[in-house]
Amino acid sequence: MLEIKNLHVKLEEEDKVILKGVNLTVEAGKVHAIMGPNGSGKSTLSYVLSGRDGYEVTDGSAHLGDIDLLEIEPEERAAAGLFLAFQYPVEIPGVGNMTFLRTAVNAQRKARGEEEMSAAEFLKVIRARAKDLKIDAEMLKRPVNVGFSGGEKKRNEILQMAMLEPKMCILDETDSGLDVDAMKLVSEGVNALRSEGRGFLVITHYQRLLDHIKPDVVHIMADGRIVKTGGPELALEVETNGYADILSEVA
Amino acid sequence: MAVAQSMTEATDDRIAALSMPEGGWSQAARRGALARLQDMGLPKRRDEYWKFTRPDTLNTVAVPEAAIFEHDEAPVFGEVDRLKVVFVDGVFDADASDDLSLEGIEIDRLAAVAKADIHWAKELYGTLETAGQSPVARPHAALNTAFAEDGVLIRVTGTPSKPVSLIYHHRDTTSDAILHHVVRVESGASLTVLENGPAAARFNKVMEVDVADGGIFHHVRAQGRDHERRAVTHIFARLGTESVFKTFTLTVNGQLTRNECVVELTGDDAVAHVAGACVGDGDFHHDDTVFITHDAVNCESRQVFKKVLRNGATGVFQGKILVREGAQKTDGYQISQSLLLDEDSQFLAKPELEIYADDVACSHGSTSGAIDEDALFYLRSRGVPEGPATDLLTLAFLAEAVDEIEDEAISEELVNRLRGWLDRRRS
Ligand SMILES: Nc1ncnc2c1ncn2[C@@H]1O[C@H](COP(=O)(O)OP(=O)(O)O)[C@@H](O)[C@H]1O
Ligand SMILES: [Mg+2]
Repeated sequence: MLEIKNLHVKLEEEDKVILKGVNLTVEAGKVHAIMGPNGSGKSTLSYVLSGRDGYEVTDGSAHLGDIDLLEIEPEERAAAGLFLAFQYPVEIPGVGNMTFLRTAVNAQRKARGEEEMSAAEFLKVIRARAKDLKIDAEMLKRPVNVGFSGGEKKRNEILQMAMLEPKMCILDETDSGLDVDAMKLVSEGVNALRSEGRGFLVITHYQRLLDHIKPDVVHIMADGRIVKTGGPELALEVETNGYADILSEVA
Repeated sequence: MAVAQSMTEATDDRIAALSMPEGGWSQAARRGALARLQDMGLPKRRDEYWKFTRPDTLNTVAVPEAAIFEHDEAPVFGEVDRLKVVFVDGVFDADASDDLSLEGIEIDRLAAVAKADIHWAKELYGTLETAGQSPVARPHAALNTAFAEDGVLIRVTGTPSKPVSLIYHHRDTTSDAILHHVVRVESGASLTVLENGPAAARFNKVMEVDVADGGIFHHVRAQGRDHERRAVTHIFARLGTESVFKTFTLTVNGQLTRNECVVELTGDDAVAHVAGACVGDGDFHHDDTVFITHDAVNCESRQVFKKVLRNGATGVFQGKILVREGAQKTDGYQISQSLLLDEDSQFLAKPELEIYADDVACSHGSTSGAIDEDALFYLRSRGVPEGPATDLLTLAFLAEAVDEIEDEAISEELVNRLRGWLDRRRS
């Protein structure tokens, strides 16, 4: 599904290399987790995959199915089925959450040559999905993420994911800023979307999210590289021993 | 000296080229205005108040040619049930206008009643304009009072069933129209005035609005899309106790527009809202100059201006809140913002506060910026292509000003006009 090969990335504006040869393959139906200390390049990887400006790919490749992600625009990547739940969701004053979602859903449908979703159908679907995530009508009307609490922003990301039904979901620190209840809601939202045709890449600093979203594969990222890959037990190892042990072991 | 000389000549030349309607109740006001104009002269480039806007083409005897913009779009406010008063290049069009009688309101045309010796408008015509000449001179307004050819005189005593809609067509490429309206909203009465259309190649318009105690006046204007037109307009408003005055202007295109709005809150607990949204592309210069004077207790004033500029367009905002001694509990707010869609465009702002009372809350802010890149990427990452995403953010930016319009149907219509403008730019 998602295939990243030898990905090297530097900042466009300065000579700072951030990703130093990332290799990673996420199969359809699987949940991969990336853990790693702050500053290791996890968010950068997610941004580069989704097409944010400011980074330069100096080597390597990233494919979603047979689509070369690095060759196309962010909106085309989205229409191809890539979704990033942001570590810091962006506030957009003046654009209603509902308008935003409907515009996004229909833009993707249009790009794929599908028929647009009618207003009535959209309303029906979004009400059901929002209810699951305990997002009330008020939150749907408000401008995108404006005045949302940390937890509300993260739930709103999952709502977008549920509405857009992407093939490949990247979740960047979706657990940060969540209390236990919100973590449960968000995890349930994610788990509900797990399916045979869908891949997940769950980026997290802590193990606790992985108690709720059970990964198939766990990668440890450090200094711009995947330094170790294993099963769920690797996350537990991090939890008990911290990153230091693993890092010294691979150094 | 040479420059001063030539400016006096320019004023004299302009005056000589105009003819003042003779006789009738407005004569004294017109002669007074002419004397004021001769005294202050037409604006000069080095005048502080014209620092950001070149007055030259508004002053000259000859009118720079302005092509007629042909389009087949539905007219603005077309869906609104309204009383239409139509002017073509400043000349009243009786056939296209509605019958001017309506319950609760009295409408006369200036040109039609000019010869009469008495008229209720006599005590207002030129009076609010004169008051608005201090502390800053507004020569084009004096010129207007002296030479206005026509206009409407509206007195409202009740709550008319529909708005008065002033429609200004432009059909002559060198027309020079001067219209002067007077509105008197009597105590407890309310009125909405709509205005739309390019009006003329060059348009000089004054509207004097006197809102008595408890009166309500709403004004929504859409300045026509003819790109080459020029306009200098003034609104002079005087607000009585517990009265409400709200004005909003949408400007789409226009080589030169100077909209001045001068409001004096003279009665306690009055409310004045002045707002505008404009979108300009290329050879576009738009100037909002606002002067609000608080001269009573517990009044609220609010200014909200948004400008979207691209391809070298220029936006200007000069806004002042003057709080006179004794105008305690004043709540004054002012925001002017521009969204610059490229580096060639510019926004020049001069926000001012002058306060002589101690128990007041006044704030002002002015910003100028590009599209928020983070918001743009967020939208794109959800599948919205760059063009539509930029439009969505642009509309959201403008919506804050358009939201100042109280009537939702009208505010929605104007948002649709803006959306249309954005769509056309992209296709
Ligand atoms: N736009 C940027 N400008 C400057 N430094 C950046 C930028 N993006 C990332 N970095 C740097 O790259 C490194 C990796 O950052 P990031 O990808 O956010 O790490 P993580 O998500 O793993 O905490 C950090 O040292 C960070 O400061
Ligand atoms: Mg991060």
